[in-house]
Amino acid sequence: MKIVYTDSLIIGGGLAGLRIAIAARQRGYDSIVLSLMPAKRSHSAAAQGGMQASLGASIKGEGDNEDVHFEDTVKGSDWGCDQDVARMFVNTAPKAIRQLCAWGVPWSRVRKGDREVVINGQKVTITEKDEAHGLITSRDFGGTKKWRTCFTSDGTGHTMLYAMDNKAIQLGIPVHERKEAIAIIHEDGVCHGAVVRDLITGELIAYIAKATVIATGGYGRLYAVTTNAVISEGIGNAIALETGVAPLGNMEAVQFHPTAIVPVGILTTEGCRGDGGLLLDKDGYRFMPDYEPGKKELASRDVVSRRMTEHIRKGKGVPSRYGDHLWLDITLLGRAHIEKNLREVKEICEYFLGIDPVKEYIPVRPTQHYSMGGVRTKPTGESPTMRGLFSAGEAACWDMHGFNRLGGNSVAETVVAGMIVGEYVADYCAENPLKIDTKLIEKFMDREKEKISTLLSREKGESAFALKKEMQQIMMDKVGIFRNEADLSQAVEELKLLHQRSKNIALRHKIASSNPELVEAIRVPKMIRLAQCVAYGAMLRKESRGAHAREDYPERNDRDWLKRTLTFWKDENADLPEVQYEELDVMKMEMPPGSRGYGVDNTIHHPDTEKRVAQLEEIKKANPSADRFEMQRLLNPIEIPEKFRGKNERIGKGFK
Amino acid sequence: MSDERILKFHILRYNPQVKGDVPTMKTYEVKEAPGMTIFIALNDIRENHDPSLQFDFICRAGICGSCAMIINGHPDLACRTLTSKFPDGEIKLLPLPGFELIGDLSVNTGKFMRAMSERVESWIHDKYADSVDLDRLEERMEPDIAEQIYELERCVECGCCVSACATKRMRDGFLTAVGFMRLARYALDPRDKRSDEEFYEIVGDDEGVFGCMTLLGCQDYCPKDLPHQTQIAYLRRRMALVK
Repeated sequence: MKIVYTDSLIIGGGLAGLRIAIAARQRGYDSIVLSLMPAKRSHSAAAQGGMQASLGASIKGEGDNEDVHFEDTVKGSDWGCDQDVARMFVNTAPKAIRQLCAWGVPWSRVRKGDREVVINGQKVTITEKDEAHGLITSRDFGGTKKWRTCFTSDGTGHTMLYAMDNKAIQLGIPVHERKEAIAIIHEDGVCHGAVVRDLITGELIAYIAKATVIATGGYGRLYAVTTNAVISEGIGNAIALETGVAPLGNMEAVQFHPTAIVPVGILTTEGCRGDGGLLLDKDGYRFMPDYEPGKKELASRDVVSRRMTEHIRKGKGVPSRYGDHLWLDITLLGRAHIEKNLREVKEICEYFLGIDPVKEYIPVRPTQHYSMGGVRTKPTGESPTMRGLFSAGEAACWDMHGFNRLGGNSVAETVVAGMIVGEYVADYCAENPLKIDTKLIEKFMDREKEKISTLLSREKGESAFALKKEMQQIMMDKVGIFRNEADLSQAVEELKLLHQRSKNIALRHKIASSNPELVEAIRVPKMIRLAQCVAYGAMLRKESRGAHAREDYPERNDRDWLKRTLTFWKDENADLPEVQYEELDVMKMEMPPGSRGYGVDNTIHHPDTEKRVAQLEEIKKANPSADRFEMQRLLNPIEIPEKFRGKNERIGKGFK
Repeated sequence: MSDERILKFHILRYNPQVKGDVPTMKTYEVKEAPGMTIFIALNDIRENHDPSLQFDFICRAGICGSCAMIINGHPDLACRTLTSKFPDGEIKLLPLPGFELIGDLSVNTGKFMRAMSERVESWIHDKYADSVDLDRLEERMEPDIAEQIYELERCVECGCCVSACATKRMRDGFLTAVGFMRLARYALDPRDKRSDEEFYEIVGDDEGVFGCMTLLGCQDYCPKDLPHQTQIAYLRRRMALVK
């Protein structure tokens, strides 16, 4: 039995995982990162448009600060987020971006003087201040009050990931590539590591650690068409679920991005619209102002995706052999801008569509993009029910996004959560000795070995590839942008059958070493379980909140549904997950539920909302001299690791 | 029209993990679909013809660099190569040379690239980088310099330049264009405090920039159109001036 021991085991080599490994290493603890592929190929690299942090250096970001970022994030989440976590996040984001600056990210910078930009379809000249010259600049993104999204051209994720991985290499952090964690080793509510399969030799290895971190990204590949990389299959989520002890949070919260190209679903960044691009219908008509006169194309992602779908349903889509789509027009931005700030978009259009976006419209459609749900954690990043199991980034439901994530808040979360959770992982390593009975390791290793040998010896059975396709189609057809009882209950039933069939997978190619069919056979039953969590959670949630839009329950219902879905899979032989709910306490909210300002506000309010609003007014009245920092402490006292508690400096504002 | 075409994929098959396996070329027929890329076609082959076929794709959008292979004699990213590019419908796929073979079309670029990063010390060298006060304004940078650095940082470590390099074929320890580009990127970055003498220690020999035979396969085959030729020339001149 091969066993590897370490202090912290990080499953996933994207931005979040690497940042945690760095934090633990810098505190003196050994870290090993497991990655399916070289870390620099992680899906973090695909983030194009940028990272939100309230630096406020650009003139259009003037007046921005943590409070404005907080408000946008909470509103964006449709009040589904954990406000303590959102607070930790917004306060730390400026530090995270400045650290990445010191580590080598070539952030695009403010250039003093006049420049021409496109706002609301019009060319406008803005003037950047002399004193801001050379500081990190920002662009506009959906659902934000200020231009807050910092970027490097449209290769932001790429430059962040390269800087992060290079930092990890500098610190000598080992990345064990082509290794897949297939089960969590645990006992009595404590996590001890993972059973890991070497994707080249097929060997099973037990990685034993004090702290284990799931940072495997999202589960977009549950859907047939997604912007996500092919490795975003949610396996990290699934192995947490399969412990029966650690719950997943808000799995039904799935984001659809407005502008992925048709038919392959590759993303064109929100920066296209942030920089002034427009959405047009089959008549070349700009329809978004009719639906959302305020934010237009730059409404929150869930809103734009729904409006686009509505417009297509009215017969205004552009027919194509792949179904109807709409147009994204960035021609008005001009060649120079596109070739400098949207060059990945240009390359994608050239290679996959054979068009030049400088001159032609881009065919786009809302497409699965982001998983707000994931391994439920406390603000420390640790599972509420399993000690030593942590999660961060898209894999986690740390819960700063609630039911809709703002563009630019995703890579920001990876590095901010990486910093914060990294400290708590290091604390855990400091406080807990490595203590494990090898019998326990053996038990888990034997169980996984047995499963694999059963797969390899079964003569006849289901094809893993076929089951996956069926699952992906069910999710596309019945658990999409608009949802309803009939579709969802059908999806739940059909997935249940798939789950049963997935117990009878057989391989055509029966070898235990490097074997893509075996990889698929191990993953697909896990993916089906996740799909069941998504569909079942969506069926049970009888309201519309953020990206979860029920045609039969169109109102946000704070009275009955201001709560987080927790999904467990306690009984291995069960056919459905077990669902519980975690109430969100209005009386502790810094920002009580209100209107997001889109369409008609038909919210059914929570009885505590009015009380909390009155209470907040009283606190404000009683403390007339409190500045915004003191006020925040009064309204929402939060724990942040000591080293990240400082105030953030801004040009023209100092530390105020 | 093209959707009626039957494509013929000739693929090198070899699994070093299986004892006694020998490299052979196998042919697979795939019905072409509109907009089909090699990514789509290879998945079709794996799902419908041969589930053991090994290849690597991650982003399938031309940004992660996983899927470089030799396509009809030329290194390129398979995910963004449309099958319609090949008028006779014959497509020959070989794994990228210059790297350890994992199996079929899958090669271990990760091991090579990590070694490269360690060799050129691919990080900002500044003893103060970890004691920067994160609460304060970041260090300013000229917008033009930031853009120039990004130009050189667009490399995706796909390995096309390595496989297209004749010098590498003759001299196994040759750093290759990906390493030169990385070094040039840090040499340009004012945040990196290394001197030319220190860079010289890394690339000032035949395994480094002076070993390059200037055949420039790197320039010809870089999927990101990075300016390899200019950077190699520039590094050479700069290194030649180091006393």
